[in-house]
Amino acid sequence: MYLKSAYEIRDKYLRKDMLPTIFCPGCGIGSVLQFTLRAIDDLGLNQDEIVWVSGIGCSSRVPGFVNFDGLHTTHGRALAFATGIKLANPDLKIIAFMGDGDAAAIGGNHFIHAIRRNLDVTVILINNFTYGMTGGQVAPTALKGLRGTTAPYGQFENPFDIANLAVSAGANYVARWTVFNYLQGINSIKKALQKEGFTLVEFLSPCPISFGRRNRMKTAPELIRWYQKITVPLAKAKKMSEEELEGKIVIGEFADRDRPGLVREYQEYIKRAKKMMGWEQ
Amino acid sequence: MRYPFPVGKSDFIQGDEAIARAAILAGCRFYAGYPITPASEIFEAMALYMPLVDGVSIQMEDEIASIAAIIGASWAGAKAMTATSGPGFSLMQENLGYAVMTETPIVVVDVQRGGPSTGQPTLPAQGDIMQSIWGTHGDHMLIVLSPSTVQEAFDFTIRAFNLAEKYRTPVVLLTDAEIAHMRERVYIPKPEEIETVYRKLPQNDEEAKLPFGDPHGDGVPPMPIFGKGYRTYVTGLTHDERGRPRTVEAEIHERLIKRIFRKVLDHKDEIISREEFMLEDAEIAIVTTGIVSRSAVRAVKILREKGVKAGLLKLNTIWPFDFDYIEELAARVRKIYVPEMNLGQLYHLVREGANGKAEVELIVKIGGEVHTPMEIVERVVG
Repeated sequence: MYLKSAYEIRDKYLRKDMLPTIFCPGCGIGSVLQFTLRAIDDLGLNQDEIVWVSGIGCSSRVPGFVNFDGLHTTHGRALAFATGIKLANPDLKIIAFMGDGDAAAIGGNHFIHAIRRNLDVTVILINNFTYGMTGGQVAPTALKGLRGTTAPYGQFENPFDIANLAVSAGANYVARWTVFNYLQGINSIKKALQKEGFTLVEFLSPCPISFGRRNRMKTAPELIRWYQKITVPLAKAKKMSEEELEGKIVIGEFADRDRPGLVREYQEYIKRAKKMMGWEQ
Repeated sequence: MRYPFPVGKSDFIQGDEAIARAAILAGCRFYAGYPITPASEIFEAMALYMPLVDGVSIQMEDEIASIAAIIGASWAGAKAMTATSGPGFSLMQENLGYAVMTETPIVVVDVQRGGPSTGQPTLPAQGDIMQSIWGTHGDHMLIVLSPSTVQEAFDFTIRAFNLAEKYRTPVVLLTDAEIAHMRERVYIPKPEEIETVYRKLPQNDEEAKLPFGDPHGDGVPPMPIFGKGYRTYVTGLTHDERGRPRTVEAEIHERLIKRIFRKVLDHKDEIISREEFMLEDAEIAIVTTGIVSRSAVRAVKILREKGVKAGLLKLNTIWPFDFDYIEELAARVRKIYVPEMNLGQLYHLVREGANGKAEVELIVKIGGEVHTPMEIVERVVG
């Protein structure tokens, strides 16, 4: 893949008057944003036909920095708003930029139902195990034992595996990478953007300030090394026992299928309705 | 275009059905909802009609998602509506505030039932008056309409869409289980007999760059809907005229919120609607809204027969509230009675409006029945 310079991507897609971003040093959101913009650029998608939607939190500020139509909504509700946008104007392509708390906690219900419906949306999910913007509380993805301001003695609940949740709920495409798997990440986003129905690319992303600091990983490099330690590629994971996988996170492509998306299903429904009412043959 | 129900003639239908038909005639093409008694029939009618007019009707996972979806649809250019009852309306409040802040035209129907909590699902009440006006947080302004008949449920739904589009604001249609389930004769007009308003769209790039500005001086910015190449950023955070988040500057927050108030209050003479009945020479005024005003009409007639100079003020719009008008009324009558189906909500607004110029007395009825005319008469004549 030919990689354009970051300056070119920045100048083409970011709103200069909104810079600098609100992100802390070592944060991974900027990298994931860059992957997404590179994927859009590589595919040659029309900037005016894409709407970015988000909920609340650090990752949800992304639509403000990019020069596209964008809806920055309420906590956890991005996919519910997206359902309205997409069904009201199916010509628009929707990217939902979400965090782990946003998608799996307050927005968990919208998340599984958007997948069940196979809503035509690409979800780019930043998973950093924490509520960064509100100051480092634990997220529903936090592995057992990890600390946050609301679990100062270490998380005692079981975590959600968002990618596997999405596969079970019926998503058309699901992949998970760390922010350091940049080529795989960009390729996955490209694949996701070209598919009908619900697509999800999850990124394990460093948050040294709110999360790392409380878990003895104060810098991004320390978090990188930790991610390298705890992640296992899918092919390798298949050969590992449950005990060996304890505390590990599997990365790779989890689902790639072509069920009809919600827009197509609804268009068929309209046809069926008119036929049943005798309006059309 | 072809309509899935007869137009240009009268029909004998329920209030909920009337709201659904009116919405479609007003141009609504996106409905998202979650079933709840006594509002479900609105959804069922929309589910039946929408695909036939190439519109969308979708059952969301909850009420929060329903209002979120219609706000999204509105930014994609559709006229959009949801309907619910008290408990669902409570769930919608955060996103109702989002619609106020982002100036999104939507219509939210609240078919009131007895509350609080699950309360009396099948029985009418007027317990959501305060919730409809003050339910969401922060300083906010929206419009609340209150019909008293099935015909009014139809007419006010069309008006709700027009006001939402004209002022780029959420409009609440506050009805109740009695109107929802009662069947009455309703005239369903032909589309050409109805005035329908569509939101202002930007006329040039300059206007499109200020999606939250005031280029026309009326407080209502043109709405650059998604997909037209304007690249608009919409946020519930305090934002400047261009839509950029500006969360700590006091003057920017004040300018935004005051304009959101001003765009409605500066046009309140056009927005506020009321009906007067035998009020010219009245010494006793009855002030009501919604279903109770029908008992109050009869009560006024009986009181007049008894020689009491009574008159009725029926409020079709309950927010914005015309405090000045109530003060004028209070200055020329001896006493004001406020019959309502709660323990006192409209009463507080009327009393504030009366400003001590007349005594204001509440006539309470709760439990799921509308006041009988005699219950009002007996309180007035003592």
